[in-house]
Amino acid sequence: MNSVNDRNRDIGPFVPAPDDDMLICRCEEITKGEIRKAVHDGMWTLTEIRRYLRTGMGLCQGQTCSKLVKSIVARELNVSPAELEPATSRVPMRPIEMRIFANEAKEDDDYE
Amino acid sequence: MSNNTAEVIVIGGGVIGNSAAYYLAQRGLSVIVLEGSDHIGNGGSSRNGGGVRQSGRDVRELPLVMYGIKNLWPHLSEELEVDCEYHQDGNLRLGKNEKHKEILTNLANNARGCGLDVRMIDGEEVRQINPYLSEEVTCASWCPTDGHANPLTTTLGFYKAARKLGARFISGEKVLELKTVKGRVRKVLTAAGNTYEAENVIVAAGFDSRPILGSVGIDVPMTRSLLECLVTEAEPYMFDQMLGTAEADFYGHQTKHGSFVFGGSSGLEPFNKDNGTPVSSAKTAPCICRGIMKYFPDLANAKIVRTWGGWSDKSADGVAVVGAIDEVPGLYTSCGMSGHGFGIGPAVGHQLAQLIATGTTDVDLSPLRYDRFKAKI
Repeated sequence: MNSVNDRNRDIGPFVPAPDDDMLICRCEEITKGEIRKAVHDGMWTLTEIRRYLRTGMGLCQGQTCSKLVKSIVARELNVSPAELEPATSRVPMRPIEMRIFANEAKEDDDYE
Repeated sequence: MSNNTAEVIVIGGGVIGNSAAYYLAQRGLSVIVLEGSDHIGNGGSSRNGGGVRQSGRDVRELPLVMYGIKNLWPHLSEELEVDCEYHQDGNLRLGKNEKHKEILTNLANNARGCGLDVRMIDGEEVRQINPYLSEEVTCASWCPTDGHANPLTTTLGFYKAARKLGARFISGEKVLELKTVKGRVRKVLTAAGNTYEAENVIVAAGFDSRPILGSVGIDVPMTRSLLECLVTEAEPYMFDQMLGTAEADFYGHQTKHGSFVFGGSSGLEPFNKDNGTPVSSAKTAPCICRGIMKYFPDLANAKIVRTWGGWSDKSADGVAVVGAIDEVPGLYTSCGMSGHGFGIGPAVGHQLAQLIATGTTDVDLSPLRYDRFKAKI
């Protein structure tokens, strides 16, 4: 939490890799190369990566890819994955139809 | 040890701070941006409905937002090399009764006085523009030059572009106070114990601007209020307009991705528990769902994948505060954006950069002065 992070620290150039077209976020179809490039565009936190690329914003809300994204970003920044705070999990836990959500506790009935 | 001195220090890495940094760097000025949280664009800039809207605004904000929509927004994606998802397909501000009609008619008349093309239409015409809206909607104001954009990519796009031009960004650097030297703003002190120095300082830190400005004796009356939004899964394409309501209690649009982003309120916001972070409450999202289904019955089966909350900094009159602070030469602010700071943000950044670089602005900022707030008697 709140550690001073100078975004102009040199992390070296973006070097293309043979597996850059590998899909990492399947819901939003974001590749490893796009994630690595985003780090070089200045997106150094998992929250920024998510907002910039939509990783973890699809149907599974990052339950599948967030660990992979974390390790890719950590490697690109040359830091330990443990130093990267995960992006905030959001309600609801699973996608839920509006008419059911609208009912709050009464899941069996349709919204009138 | 890197150099902590620049020509301009910007406090707040939101859409306004980042765009100011971008336009300043473009003019060749050295800039340091200090962001208090760990993430760039973590306040209202990432937590809003994405409206790029003129209609419904107070006339004091209109010239500035119209300037941005005419001069900046149309080529922003190209300029920042990021997809800002800007759509200029109009704004429907919806009404359901006579009271709403009166509010909307008033706003539309005032805006026309400023040269904005906005007019009142009836329910039938509303449904010609957006056939998915229910019969409950009986009138609306229609402004064809309004639109929406993606707040996340726009805010981070300005950051990326400013950084590329050499602006220095430091996150997790919470500013505690400003210090003047010989009457002019000079030093910026942070919680981590660092001191930065500049000839000019822009305070654009949302609600946190208040204590920072307070450290040099300037108080802008504002409060912070929670806003909450929900996001659906990607839906088949339905419409391109930005939507709002007469009472400003519901707003949203369909994004390029296909998801809908809708904001709304429960009415209990001023009384919500405040634990120090803007969290979504259990009551609000279901309430927004009920509201949406009244406007858009077809969306009843759309799945909600995500909800989120954010704070807006509401000024005492609900209008933005933008410009130079007379008592402290070199000090500028943009705060109290009152929940509609995103669409106007690039214009604010652009004009503050011009003001610092040249001493002049294309748009008269005097109606947005920080010292306009007076007691009622």
